[in-house]
Amino acid sequence: MSPESAAGTTVTVAIGAAGDVVLARQSARNLALDCGLSLIDQTKLVTAVSELARNTLIHGGGGGMRASIVRDGVRRGVSAVFEDSGPGIADLDLAMTDGWTSGTGLGLGLSGSRRLVDSFEIDTVPGRGTSVAIVKWAR
Amino acid sequence: MSLRVPVLRIGDSLLVSIQTDLDDGSVLVLQEDLAARVVEDGATGVVIDISAVEIVDSFVGRMLATIAAISRMLDAETVVVGMRPAVAITLVELGLTLGGVRTALTLEKGLKVLDDARDQRPQGLPDDPELR
Repeated sequence: MSPESAAGTTVTVAIGAAGDVVLARQSARNLALDCGLSLIDQTKLVTAVSELARNTLIHGGGGGMRASIVRDGVRRGVSAVFEDSGPGIADLDLAMTDGWTSGTGLGLGLSGSRRLVDSFEIDTVPGRGTSVAIVKWAR
Repeated sequence: MSLRVPVLRIGDSLLVSIQTDLDDGSVLVLQEDLAARVVEDGATGVVIDISAVEIVDSFVGRMLATIAAISRMLDAETVVVGMRPAVAITLVELGLTLGGVRTALTLEKGLKVLDDARDQRPQGLPDDPELR
């Protein structure tokens, strides 16, 4: 691990194909290892990243992920931001409901990934796109 | 450039061991390959080894449940073996409990589950010439 990466190098992954979801997972895993997340927290973070990267691809029509190691005092964590310029989410409360899906999925992507991370912020404008920012802190 | 996961045969069962981080396309190909092989090989069991799998998200979780359901319809039992503890914890928190999927901790135990299930199967029809 290089000190620069701990100092906040941002990893950017363009998400335009199924293989990019794999790349997003791998990038998140590397940051989680550098950050010293426990095995369970690594697994939760990477799973959430996988769900959100897939949402960016399928529902957002593609976009990108920016991920980095962040600090808050002595705490360290991994942050990931997913952005797309897709159709946005018309009814956010509905989209955050377990089991509700706009497509053919299980409807656990947003609601499930929110449970897996420490911070989850979503910003969506119908017709303009969606941005989801997550943080998982090392314990 | 989707990867194809090899489907191996052990006795009357099919064995799949997922060793790499699969993209969604490869996951769907595996699902179709397994359904085809269950019928071609007349397999009565399917073992899916996920001991090398670091995360199971809702897509892969759904694939496991779908394979189990398809196999059952094709007269085969499915057992998922080797799930890591962190994966189990994450799946439950995600909201996926894989209710319809049988699991075993190890490959050996998984094969035993299938053997036991095979012993419970009706042994041929009454007019089966081999039974006379």
